Amino acid sequence: MAVAAEERLHVERKKPRPLSTNSAIAHAVKDLDVDVVAAYPITPQTTVVEKIAEFIADGELEAEMVHVESEHSALSATVAAALTGARAFTATASQGLELMHEILHIASGLRAPIVMSVAMRALSAPISIWNDHSDVMNARDTGWIIFFVSSAQEAYDTVIQGYRIAEDSDVLLPVMVAYDGYVMSHTMEPVVTEDRDSVLAYAPKRSFPYKLDPEKPVTLGALADPDWYYEIKYQIVEAMRRALGKAREADEEFGRRFGRKYGLVECYMCEDAKSLIVAASSYAATLKAVLPRAWEEGVKVGLLRLRLYRPFPEDLVVDALSRVDSVLVIDRAISYGAPYQGPLANEFSGLILKHGLGVNLVSVVAGIGQRRMVDDDFLKLARLAWEARTVRKPETIFYGVRK
Amino acid sequence: MSSEGSLPAYYEIPPGGAILEPGSSLKYKTGSWRVLRPIINQDKCVRCRLCWVYCPDAAILELDEEYVTSKGRRYKITYKVNYDYCKGCGVCARECPVNAIEMVPEPIGGEE
Repeated sequence: MAVAAEERLHVERKKPRPLSTNSAIAHAVKDLDVDVVAAYPITPQTTVVEKIAEFIADGELEAEMVHVESEHSALSATVAAALTGARAFTATASQGLELMHEILHIASGLRAPIVMSVAMRALSAPISIWNDHSDVMNARDTGWIIFFVSSAQEAYDTVIQGYRIAEDSDVLLPVMVAYDGYVMSHTMEPVVTEDRDSVLAYAPKRSFPYKLDPEKPVTLGALADPDWYYEIKYQIVEAMRRALGKAREADEEFGRRFGRKYGLVECYMCEDAKSLIVAASSYAATLKAVLPRAWEEGVKVGLLRLRLYRPFPEDLVVDALSRVDSVLVIDRAISYGAPYQGPLANEFSGLILKHGLGVNLVSVVAGIGQRRMVDDDFLKLARLAWEARTVRKPETIFYGVRK
Repeated sequence: MSSEGSLPAYYEIPPGGAILEPGSSLKYKTGSWRVLRPIINQDKCVRCRLCWVYCPDAAILELDEEYVTSKGRRYKITYKVNYDYCKGCGVCARECPVNAIEMVPEPIGGEE
């Protein structure tokens, strides 16, 4: 690569600075030269938008900040902005994402290439401002590309990758970058930020190809009767399929240019592992610290971190599952009344059946409303995963609930 | 609408069903939705234009056609209904200040 040497020098000069995930995301928005931000404040997302507002006020980002009266309007304005050809961003959490739900489908249906960050938070009632994944799991069938990130750096990098994927004319789907509220949103970590020119060279603005333009009138969002609706929704199925390759390519290219890449899934201590724990976001980071302890006591459990959730990186997950005897799936949301009450566990159950894998599945629901999970809890889950090689656990385990 | 066999496949439709050609709704003749048909009594009509204003589908035509009423009043314009697009909502009949528009049932299985 001709540019590689110069880029690498540039990479080596970079010094990390302390940023929370919320701040890191705001920096990504600035470095991407986003044109329009429409957002409504909600805990624990608020400081994302506050920081963006500060960048705009200080003249570091030339963007239109649209103050709206609700998240429904926030996403509506973001979609509309994207359809005029602007690079548009919004951020939310919890109830805000729920209020956006109608527009989530409209964003993907209209193929608006927007990026939204979600500081994942539990859902009311009872009201909880703490973290779990109920909000994003409720949005999983809305036609959005969904990433779970597990560090502030990865959040910064993935928002940038997100625009490259979303604005690709073979994709044209909105992207959600989700991370754990509080545990990540308000925690400082070292983050390397890139300069705008390099970011824009990697993710050049490719505006919506059928943008609203008085010089070239188009109709977007017309009524589709039964002769047309199905095909237009099926387009999203195909776009999702293409997005998988584009996400892989976006991550590879990011690695070449900036020296950091993540893969679509991450397998940690998977070599020689006989069992896996599936986790996303901050739990994956904690597990990385805990699993060496498990191996010391002979519990050979690896971590399969789900980074890209939609489209589901099926081949990579199946490949990892095909090497083990058991898999423990941690769900941080509840699918009430479902066969497994963890939504991810149901997907893994289907995957195991679809591919005829001889893997024992353990479904664990944990950390609901940010119920405390410390190292020893993860160690217990590792032992549980290990046990499940030989002992079937057919029912969802609600870890940590008082019974 | 055309028959299913001649409709485009999903990849032949612009993403998200974007319509790139303005005015394409003219191809979609909504007149078949109609249950009641507005009939304008040209003799009673005072050419006030309210039906033309209110029609949500621009299906009232204002034509440069002369009309002489039975009482000998001469009008330079005539209002007619474009039955290709009139859905039979009846707003015109409701708003007509001289009750010159009557809504009559479409014949069952009837053609235009």
